[in-house]
Amino acid sequence: MGTLLPYMKKYWFYALLSPLMMILEVVADILIPYLMSRIVDIGIANGDIDYIVRVGLIMIGAALLGMTFGIISSHAGARAGYGFAAEIRKDLFKKVQSFSFANLDKFTVSSLITRLTNDCNTIGQVTMMSLRLAIRAPFLMVFALIMAFNINSSLARVFMVSIPIMVLAVVIIFKKARPLFRRMQTRVDRVNAAIQENLTGIRVVKSFNRQRFEEEKFKKRNDALRDTALQAISTVIFLMPILTLVIYGTIIAVLWFGGQQVRFGTMGSGELISFITYITQVMMSLMLMSMFFMNLLRGIASGSRILEVLATESEIKEIDNPHKELKDGSIVFKNVNFKYPGSREFVLKDINIEIESGETVGIIGSTGSSKSTLVQLIPRLYDVSEGAVYVGGSDVREYDIKALRDQVAFVLQRNTLFSGTIRENMKWGNENATDEEIIRALKQAQAWEFVSKYEDGLDHWVEQGGANFSGGQKQRLCIARALVKSPKIIILDDSTSAVDMTTDAKIQKAFKEELKGVTKLIIAQRISSIKNADRIIVMHEGRVESIGDHETLLNTSPIYGEIYETQEKGVLSQ
Amino acid sequence: MSRNKHKRLRPQDPKKTIIRLFGYFKYNKILFIAGLMSVILSSVAQIAANGMLSPIIDSLVLHQDTGMFKKYLLIMVGLVLTISIGQYLGSLLMARLAQRTIHKIREDMFSHMERLPISFFDSRTHGELMSTFTNDVDMLNQSLEQSVSQVTISIVSVAGTFIMMLILSPILTLVVVGMLIVMLSATRYVGKRSARNFRNQQAALADMNGYIEEMMSGQKVVKVFNYEARAIEKFNGKNEELRKSSTRAATYGVMLMPIMGNLSFVLYALISMFGAFLVMGGRMTIGNIASFLQYTRTISRPITQVSNQLNTLFAALAGAERIFNILDEEPEEDRGDVRLIRDEENGDYWKVPKASGEYERVPLRGHITLKNVDFGYVEGQKVLKDINIYAKPGQKIALVGSTGAGKTTITNLINRFYEINEGTILYDGIDIRRINKHDLRSTMSIVLQDVHLFEGTIADNIRYGRLDATDEEVIVAAKLANAHYFIKNLPDGYNTYLTADGGNLSQGERQLLSIARAAVANPTILILDEATSSIDTRTEKLIGRGMDKLMEGRTVFVIAHRLSTIRDADAIMVLEEGRIIERGSHEELMKLKGRYYDLNTGKIELE
Repeated sequence: MGTLLPYMKKYWFYALLSPLMMILEVVADILIPYLMSRIVDIGIANGDIDYIVRVGLIMIGAALLGMTFGIISSHAGARAGYGFAAEIRKDLFKKVQSFSFANLDKFTVSSLITRLTNDCNTIGQVTMMSLRLAIRAPFLMVFALIMAFNINSSLARVFMVSIPIMVLAVVIIFKKARPLFRRMQTRVDRVNAAIQENLTGIRVVKSFNRQRFEEEKFKKRNDALRDTALQAISTVIFLMPILTLVIYGTIIAVLWFGGQQVRFGTMGSGELISFITYITQVMMSLMLMSMFFMNLLRGIASGSRILEVLATESEIKEIDNPHKELKDGSIVFKNVNFKYPGSREFVLKDINIEIESGETVGIIGSTGSSKSTLVQLIPRLYDVSEGAVYVGGSDVREYDIKALRDQVAFVLQRNTLFSGTIRENMKWGNENATDEEIIRALKQAQAWEFVSKYEDGLDHWVEQGGANFSGGQKQRLCIARALVKSPKIIILDDSTSAVDMTTDAKIQKAFKEELKGVTKLIIAQRISSIKNADRIIVMHEGRVESIGDHETLLNTSPIYGEIYETQEKGVLSQ
Repeated sequence: MSRNKHKRLRPQDPKKTIIRLFGYFKYNKILFIAGLMSVILSSVAQIAANGMLSPIIDSLVLHQDTGMFKKYLLIMVGLVLTISIGQYLGSLLMARLAQRTIHKIREDMFSHMERLPISFFDSRTHGELMSTFTNDVDMLNQSLEQSVSQVTISIVSVAGTFIMMLILSPILTLVVVGMLIVMLSATRYVGKRSARNFRNQQAALADMNGYIEEMMSGQKVVKVFNYEARAIEKFNGKNEELRKSSTRAATYGVMLMPIMGNLSFVLYALISMFGAFLVMGGRMTIGNIASFLQYTRTISRPITQVSNQLNTLFAALAGAERIFNILDEEPEEDRGDVRLIRDEENGDYWKVPKASGEYERVPLRGHITLKNVDFGYVEGQKVLKDINIYAKPGQKIALVGSTGAGKTTITNLINRFYEINEGTILYDGIDIRRINKHDLRSTMSIVLQDVHLFEGTIADNIRYGRLDATDEEVIVAAKLANAHYFIKNLPDGYNTYLTADGGNLSQGERQLLSIARAAVANPTILILDEATSSIDTRTEKLIGRGMDKLMEGRTVFVIAHRLSTIRDADAIMVLEEGRIIERGSHEELMKLKGRYYDLNTGKIELE
């Protein structure tokens, strides 16, 4: 947890103010019962009305001061707690932004979301509570004990019995309850998993008539949850009755021993009354402390999940004085072997390819032949395991990553549009792009034909993930977004699969005529999309099976021939 | 542009919801009453115990009577034991009640969910439903466990304490009432602001969570476009918003504690002062003051507690309302009286009751006829218009058309996921509305594009098609789907455990499993909805033979994006905007040079 401390730097003032104010509030609260005992023992005993009024007003003043301190403490605590959480969240988001593809694969999307949302919120809440509780409870206890000893040290010895009993009871109960609650949590997860599964798979459940079967499955898990929950709760419910026994036991003991002293006049009756109030305060503070520890555990769990992300170093490292400019759009793979981090098997083996600047290269091969992996090495989305990839004459590792990715446009296979206007989405490629540049890119990607039909044109709203566009439209918008970059190299990873062949051909034509100097790499399932490329690379099980143009490959590559045949046979012109 | 749906934090009709919740207690009436009694008993004992301080101290100071002192102390011991036993029993019984109630609600919700029509799931997001099933139930659970007893304790102790105070000193009680009014108005003042700020915080939280979700799911695109810096900037703005609103909400949220705590100290001071005057005037004893002071400490606590919990309580009730709304949804209706009889000797048949009370035997063959079918998901918006399809047993019918043309809708009607508005669908000559839904679906298997697998072993997942399938039958089905090879190469073969939704398999592998699952069911009618879209052409060719075998002898409806897969269909229906615009075999349609021809030659875009 200590490693998160620097995030408090910006809010250190509030982080100190909150407990300080809390201490002052506690002092005020502690004084009041003492003052009351003065009223009873001195004021009433002497019949001194002035004294009673004076002390009474001091008490009210102390309470009002205590309230002010308390409010300031709450506000400072909230500031420090949520400020702390916001700082952590800020850095966490920044960290995730610096992650490489490999890092992102390791943490799943949903786990990153939970860490950024729930875990950070928990940290905020726990910090705020800790700043107040962690200080309040021990101070309240110490002060109350001091006051109690001050009033009557021999009587105060009852605490030497009651405090250990109380602590022991709390520790034993929590020790017993913790594993039970953990087990309960896994049972909760099981129940939720069953619900989730049925929500997403309801069509399967219904079409196979498995409602009964699923209900039985759920019933088992639900029963198990109820039983564990009851077990866990049955242990913690001992807490309150034991607390009651100890508090009132102590009060009775004090009355018994203190009663004798009052009778013999060695103790004032007002003192006895305030002593009883202090007993309640000591015991309540012990309760607060146990609550604090429970909270702390929750906070620590969230904190360690956050630290796990923060401690992860991006797999992609930059060198000092990197190149900023690609000389041209040439690409060379030299003896490249690649395996995904954490996996044992090489998915790219012995790759040697040279691509000239401005060339159009198609890549084809069955699923699992590592076509996508191959092109992901070019903008350094992953680093090679062995060998090297040269772009524009230099090893990709020698470039400034931002510069490299600015000049290599990549249209991903699983592409997403973001909520916002079309213009905003297009500006992803280049923040300063003018409307003319955007429209030109849209035209090249054959997207302008439908965008121009919208009344609001570039201001047309895009739903999250581009849900309000058809598959083909989405793909064309994604291509346009990449073109807005005016890159030296453009890579399309199966990006026209939902585009009809006529439009696909138009895109190819636009690419050929208007992007002459740009190196174009096109991965496709359809042969028609790459038939006219300068060269075609056929991938098979992580190796380059053959390279050549369409005509050559038909004669030399059995795999290419086979793909051609299945597509040709199926449909007339495909 | 705010499309974030904010969840309601306040219930619309709290009274109705509470009554309905109490309705659940009827299964555990004794538990509820016993628990309530225990809670009341312990609260009353607690008030009495605090009241005992007065006679105990007075017996010492005023009367100097040791015998009385000892007697009172003994009563006190008895009261303390009563309190703790009452507390223990109270929380035990209430926890039991809460657990049983929530268990029942969860069970009801789940079985109700299983009976709801597909339209229910289609019209809501999974996130929304999941949140009700988990968060809302959880909230309700916590509230039931704590609130019922807490509210009871509060009411009893406030009322009891008040009575005791009146007995001890009506004048001091007047002071207490005055102070309580101040406290309550403070609670109201802070509570109102707290609730408003809490809502603002929730809105800011939803906004930020939405942004995080969108960015995280598109993180790879972010990287490719160097969008990191801009994303960070936008995020920081939202983060700052959230920080501000949470700080405000939390400040008001916790402020109540010091305010109420210290106001009760002000009361304590006032009582000490006025009490002192009364003692001096001989109208009260010191012991009375001791008790009275203890009461001022206890009367403010329940008020603080209840006001602290009010927001959570309301949120829990709003959640309970959402739960009940789901439970009130109409389940799928099934008035089918035609049953399927499995007869191994003479062949399966439909048992059709006749008006005369006798039964007619109609053999199960898989003959499907759609006659003048109209259908709309929303009233007034027809997505299918005048659909006529004749599928003879064993025929392969292909449905082609762009997204939204109504292909999947047709299959949704055949297995009665949705009910038709106009026209009729006949199955072996019987109106499908007359057929028992369970039996109807047991004769059909669907393979969807989005494969859904369940947590469990591979064998379990294949067996989902038919629960009593033997191991051999499972393997035969896997071989048919060409899945046997990859399954055997998995570490535990058929016993390999799949995590939720088969996350550890590739898309293609999962699709093969779903085909095997359909095969093991041995259906009369097979529906393939884009079943091979995620499989590349080479693999598709490999499983092609398996698919051919799977389709053999069954009536098949196939929807395909890739036209190569439907070339050999007996009849191809080309759909556009809910109508069949062309029908015929591949050759016939190619000759027609219409829409199908255009699609095949790539002149128009599918999807």
